[in-house]
Amino acid sequence: MTGQVKTISGHRGLQLEEPLIFEQGAPEKSAVDLPAPAQPVGGDRLGAARRGRIGLPGLSEPEVVRHYLRLSQKNYSIDSGLFPLGSCTMKHNPRLNEKLARLPGLGDLHPLQPVSTVQGALRLMHTLTRWLTTLSGLPAVALSPAAGAHGELVGLMTIRAALEDRGDPRRRVLVPESAHGTNPATAAACGYAVEAIPADDRGRVDVARLRAALAPDVAAIMVTNPNTCGLFETDVREIAEAAHAVGAFFYCDGANFNAIVGRVRPGDLGIDCMHINLHKTFSTPHGGGGPGSGPVVLSAALAPYAPVAYVIEEEGSFRLIEHAMHAAGKPCGRVKGFHGQFGMFVRALAYMMSMGADGLRQASADAVLNANYILAQLADVLSAPFPGPCMHEALFDDRFLKDNGVSTLDFAKAMIDEGFHPMTVYFPLVVHGAMLVEPTETESKETLDSFVGALKGLAERARAGDAAFFHAAPRLAPRRRLDETLAARRPVLRWRPQAPEASEGDAVGRAAE
Amino acid sequence: MRYLPLTEDDRRQMLAAIGVDSIDALFRDVPPDALLSRPVDLPCHADEITVERAFRDYAAENVSPASVPSFLGAGAYRHHVPAAVDHLIQRGEFLTAYTPYQPEIAQGTLQYLYEFQTQVALITGMEVANASLYDGATACAEAMAMACRLTKRKRVLLSGGLHPHWRATAETYARFLAIDAVAQPPSWAGDERPEDRLDTDTACVIVQNPDVFGRVHNYRGLAEACRAKGALLVIAVAEVVSLGALTSPGDMGADIVAAEGQSIGNAPSFGGPTVGLLAARERFLRQMPGRLVGETVDQDGRRGFVLTLSTREQHIRREKATSNICTNSGLCALAFTIHLTMLGETGFTRLAAVNHARACALADRLASVSGAELLNETFFNEFTVRLSRPADEVVEHLAKRGVLGGVPLTRLLPAWREASPLLILAATELTTDAEINALATALTEVLR
Repeated sequence: MTGQVKTISGHRGLQLEEPLIFEQGAPEKSAVDLPAPAQPVGGDRLGAARRGRIGLPGLSEPEVVRHYLRLSQKNYSIDSGLFPLGSCTMKHNPRLNEKLARLPGLGDLHPLQPVSTVQGALRLMHTLTRWLTTLSGLPAVALSPAAGAHGELVGLMTIRAALEDRGDPRRRVLVPESAHGTNPATAAACGYAVEAIPADDRGRVDVARLRAALAPDVAAIMVTNPNTCGLFETDVREIAEAAHAVGAFFYCDGANFNAIVGRVRPGDLGIDCMHINLHKTFSTPHGGGGPGSGPVVLSAALAPYAPVAYVIEEEGSFRLIEHAMHAAGKPCGRVKGFHGQFGMFVRALAYMMSMGADGLRQASADAVLNANYILAQLADVLSAPFPGPCMHEALFDDRFLKDNGVSTLDFAKAMIDEGFHPMTVYFPLVVHGAMLVEPTETESKETLDSFVGALKGLAERARAGDAAFFHAAPRLAPRRRLDETLAARRPVLRWRPQAPEASEGDAVGRAAE
Repeated sequence: MRYLPLTEDDRRQMLAAIGVDSIDALFRDVPPDALLSRPVDLPCHADEITVERAFRDYAAENVSPASVPSFLGAGAYRHHVPAAVDHLIQRGEFLTAYTPYQPEIAQGTLQYLYEFQTQVALITGMEVANASLYDGATACAEAMAMACRLTKRKRVLLSGGLHPHWRATAETYARFLAIDAVAQPPSWAGDERPEDRLDTDTACVIVQNPDVFGRVHNYRGLAEACRAKGALLVIAVAEVVSLGALTSPGDMGADIVAAEGQSIGNAPSFGGPTVGLLAARERFLRQMPGRLVGETVDQDGRRGFVLTLSTREQHIRREKATSNICTNSGLCALAFTIHLTMLGETGFTRLAAVNHARACALADRLASVSGAELLNETFFNEFTVRLSRPADEVVEHLAKRGVLGGVPLTRLLPAWREASPLLILAATELTTDAEINALATALTEVLR
């Protein structure tokens, strides 16, 4: 145990080991008291009654609460400390937003109530639309996409629908090499061939190569701006003009909108379409990986192809357009159940109203300031592939680790022992051993200074050749390095009962064979 | 501004450390005329009291289903969520964490997702499940795409009993993936026989149980017919509580199950966010979309959990990925798994039994309302009635009388000629006898 104190119980002070729910409890226990059903069930009206046990464990409420509390204590979170995961915008999640999303009359609304009984909800969505269109400088927004990648998909569907309507669906989508993996995956899911465009030596899209690849069979270019190197695409207008000259649309991945919100409107840059991650820029919680929300802002040319459902205002009241047959335009279809991630709309709008036009502008300034401060403090300690200023995230590569026997991953794992969540590593792919640091605007100078101090110390240790220290990290986390190769080679994706019980408890699993 | 920790003095010091004299200097790569010199035309920042007041005003313009008799279903359901669920999911370590990319400090998220995957596999009767998708409708569309990849076929049959939003979502995805999605018309007569439309080009048949009208089916025969043609059977489940009472999709022979998990742990929230469930046979694992959590060991040999089989995913495979999905529905999956853990075997099956019993009580009471005819022979917790007047008008009249009296089918299927008099009504463990009487009384008046 690498010198750690060994205990009888396996617990170590506040680090409490916790078995699976399936290894606890007894089948007859439950943490929910329910009345006995008033009449016998399983009769003729049920049709196909279940037989046999499901195999779920039973726990009482105190056991359940303890289980999840202990699990929670094994997680790092924004509430715990700096979470500088580049491209993910891990900013503070205001608790007011959580409270408001749960108000009676908002959180408990049913999506198919008569529209006359949800005018407040529709007005809220309409107000959110106004904020998003004003901040983006684009005239329309499709609110329904469930996450950023879903927004990308809807954006490209909208583009494809517009092109098909012209009788010219086209074949290719151009995506820079530095793009998020979702961009090429989205283009493929929309039926397009993907062509990668390299970055130039300034970390921007190579405009000459882009121009060479642009042709009348290109449906769209997908460019992230600010890009995944944390840099503003200085040639963004030229890129837009070149795309438009061949009749292609300019899709912008808005993952990094937090850097420019309130200061730059994407519509002013020639962008036709952009998704906005409400869980990044507008502070809705990341929740351990979702739920997100990815509204897509659209140009006038694309607006008629926006998916259902959406809200319109008519003579002072609000209506929901839920079916293509009721739409004024030619919707690309429906992309999820109901009307979008309403609970996230509430949270995002609460954040926007709290910050206001002035506060959002200050937020983007502070986000960029914090990232540049880190870049300036660490430029000589780590190695930065591109000179500043950067936008909201600072990119480093692994040249400073060269010949030390320490990899980017080792360095990241050592940060865990220092009490920080590692930055995004090995992304973007355009620099070697990338480390992408996004502090966000909700970190104080004191936190940044302590982070910088820790990284300086670690870099010195790496330079001194103490590779073994890094290879053994993390030492102080709830788990040490996990064997990911084993997990993939021999996938165990669910708990199964031990062999003697298998005949009973796992009957369902075998029945599926 | 309460969310911003930097002081003016901090900002000055930091600009000096960077070696620039203003924030604008950091934005010098932006075309100068695109850089706004003043705030956009939206309100200025507001304090917590003001913001809360504005949202209470929004809420006050709505009718909360908790405050009136409510019989709404059709893909979203009002259930009791124990207080502990919401308390636990709001712990900052869960709420404000992200996708567990660094497993050493994300074992909490990884372990609950592993438990979630196991629970989903158990209740659907399948071998494996993923760590969730956006919602039931998108899970269904992903199941369709998955079936096409697995069979290398491009034709799918969509049942007329599939929730119309799920069908429309599948059709949208199909359009862009060049999948030939053949949607059967909705049918009351029970004459939909997808068995007869199967051929050797068919990738899958997608059916729902209970279907959108609330009818319960046994798809064993269909599963056999699919197997004979090399097609897969996808069973969609819009009301996940039904799995506590009905034969599981796995027992019926499903190859893939796509379900909406909202009913367990999650409020309807006007339709989102919710949690999509996707379960399948183990041999289909490598074509599954979305995150998967697997068991492994750490350097000291202790059990731990990691995201695994990521070579399916977009961040590794880019345009060759199984899906473009990046996030799952983490926090909703957490609410689901906590609630299901609280229920346990006895609680889950009893909850399902109570739901069915309440729906039986509703059906029995409505039998005495003239002008309302129950059409279902079978149902779990919702069913369809045929009214003597157009259902959308009736629902508006009921709303004026303070009753949220179900979902008129025209809301879901506006183009279907037979939809007009049909109303879908749901009852859950929250439905009281007094509410049922209130509906019956109001309905009697409206239909008179």
